[in-house]
Amino acid sequence: MNMSFIVATFFASAIAFSVSLLLGTLGELLTERAGHLNLGVEGMMLMGGSCGYVAAVRTHNLVLALLFAVLGAGFGALLYAVLTVTLRANQNVSGLALTTFGAGLANTLGSTVPNTNTPENIAAFFKFHPLELEHTVNGILSFFHQISRFMHIGNSSQAAFQPYHINNPVLAFINTAFLSQDIFVYLTILLAFLMTFYLFKTKKGLALRMVGENTAAADASGLPVTRIKYMYIIAGGMLCGLAGLYIPLVLQGTWHSDITAGKGWIVVALVIFVRWHPIKAIGGAFVFGALSIVGLSIQQFSQLSSMIFFNQYIMVMYPYILTIVVLVFTYGRKKAWRGPSAIGSAYFREER
Amino acid sequence: MRKILAMVMTCILVAGTVSIAGCSSSSKETTAAGTDTVLKVGVIYISPKDDGGYSQAHAEGIAQAVAALGDKIKVFELENVNDTDAAATTSAIDNLVNEGCTLIFTTSYGYMQATADAATKYPNVKFCHCSGYTRNDTNLDTYFGQIESARYLAGIVAGLTTKTDKLGYVAAFPIPECIRGINAYTLGARSVNPNATVTVVWTNTWFDMDVEKAAAESLLSQGIDVMAQHQDSPAAINAAAAAGAFAVGYDLTYAGAPKAYLTAPLWNWGTYYTYKIQQVLDGQWKIENYWGGMKEGVVKLDTLSSLVSAEASAAVAKVQDTVVSEGNAFVFAGPIKDQSGTVKVAEGSSLSYDDQMGMSWFVEGVVGEIPAP
Repeated sequence: MNMSFIVATFFASAIAFSVSLLLGTLGELLTERAGHLNLGVEGMMLMGGSCGYVAAVRTHNLVLALLFAVLGAGFGALLYAVLTVTLRANQNVSGLALTTFGAGLANTLGSTVPNTNTPENIAAFFKFHPLELEHTVNGILSFFHQISRFMHIGNSSQAAFQPYHINNPVLAFINTAFLSQDIFVYLTILLAFLMTFYLFKTKKGLALRMVGENTAAADASGLPVTRIKYMYIIAGGMLCGLAGLYIPLVLQGTWHSDITAGKGWIVVALVIFVRWHPIKAIGGAFVFGALSIVGLSIQQFSQLSSMIFFNQYIMVMYPYILTIVVLVFTYGRKKAWRGPSAIGSAYFREER
Repeated sequence: MRKILAMVMTCILVAGTVSIAGCSSSSKETTAAGTDTVLKVGVIYISPKDDGGYSQAHAEGIAQAVAALGDKIKVFELENVNDTDAAATTSAIDNLVNEGCTLIFTTSYGYMQATADAATKYPNVKFCHCSGYTRNDTNLDTYFGQIESARYLAGIVAGLTTKTDKLGYVAAFPIPECIRGINAYTLGARSVNPNATVTVVWTNTWFDMDVEKAAAESLLSQGIDVMAQHQDSPAAINAAAAAGAFAVGYDLTYAGAPKAYLTAPLWNWGTYYTYKIQQVLDGQWKIENYWGGMKEGVVKLDTLSSLVSAEASAAVAKVQDTVVSEGNAFVFAGPIKDQSGTVKVAEGSSLSYDDQMGMSWFVEGVVGEIPAP
């Protein structure tokens, strides 16, 4: 076992750990872009996770699992939206209530399927790594090998199939670290790019940002403010639900109460850390994920772990220190953007 | 319209919360007996009774006691009582006393102070606190078990299963309970395979499945091929299974990873609960520091799975009787060296109870550090 393999495995673990953070961040980012701070991420993740996981166990159907995760968390977000948009309740209190409510609901629902595992067919789907080099290249090579055998082309028809092995150490590192992930991971990253395009290059994205920035102006310009807020709060909740589903369904393969273990709170910090920007969220989620687990690896190298900088208790603080640093450096600077201006405050049309 | 909506929303939230609270934290009667002469027994758990781990082991023990003692007792159980929240613990105990419970088991270490306070407040109620060290002369005692004896046997299985001689151990906190377990496991493994080492990673959480999984993966990437854990979730076992390695469980039998699961040190609390409740029923209540082992049946090693080699089964069988009869005194019998090679337990002696309870050093063969508290 060499160092490069250990580091590559660490990267792979960190990416797997970060996926739910990234999806949750993308969801919360949408909500906050609409001017609403939803502290109920943890609750929505648990609601989505439990609904989706229970559906998966009961039906063995991935599509239904995804659907129920989205519906479960979307329902939580809908409650929040009714409270904060229509009833103009305090956003912080509503979000906290949603966390408690969601956790209770999820743990009750989850307790109906104790000691179960993700159904084989769904687990197998996520064990397939579409970009994994050896597997993919061999698949393509053997396909052509079969064809050439069938067509009796050249001498290859007689030769036995030679499977491909990675010999290049750099390629092997990249393969283990970044390419051996399931399809969920790559689709999530793709989603971050699509969301960036949507937010900054489309009219609808502009409308969303406007609502979050200056709700009164958006209203005056004829945008359906309430509808937009509802739409993105619910869409954001649905993404949080998928984030919650990833943990029991794919990462752990089993349900346990409070399985998200505080990831929803990390997400709230992450959104600030990445300055409400989807592409930055990819890097931000990875940094937070990696810092959350790097202490585990460092413990195994005593030369490092004895240094105070790498102390296992201090390591887990770094994501939050980074967030505070970002806050400090963006505060007080005139040009620096400090997030959607309308965030946290209810919009009263009459008070324009 | 808005008022109606507000009413509906409030109703949904309140109804939801109440129904959930009703499901997760209400006291449930386990027997149907209702005469005044029955002994009312209260139990509080840190997590749900079906958590697949620590609390489930206790709850199954209580169920065994109920099955054994029948309608002589009536059990009230409270789940999900946060052990870091003294107010929650106190109110849970108050509720049980109000129900008429005169014997109360508090099953998590963190309940210690609240239990001690309650023992002073309710002198007529008897309290038994699991895994703590606070006792009084009248109505508060403690209980725990020599799980290390079973860990030692599990270590023998691991030591003879590994091909790389590298064992891994995902552990929650650097506290004596975990350190004892790691040491016993290492001593067991090295008793049959002197080349074996046990690499330890602290997760600093009893329950965070993603962190536990990442900890196991970091060990597996170094060529570790048998994983053990002292956590409340099976995440480390699953990670080992995914990497094609073997795993030793904890608390309860685990059926989720049949291609990895070797065995597990298990709690069998029914023996203790039946014994202690019977003691009270007989009017023989006495303060004790109960620390049963395999001999009493409170602790056992799970049936070895079909993955365990004949050689390993034979090695376990060879010492099993001695371990069962002598318990931890055998496991921690000298000579035992620490990581630096210094003899900590001399030949012919054995680590005392107090030294085991306060263990803060690793035996030779453990790779890892105990961070300064």
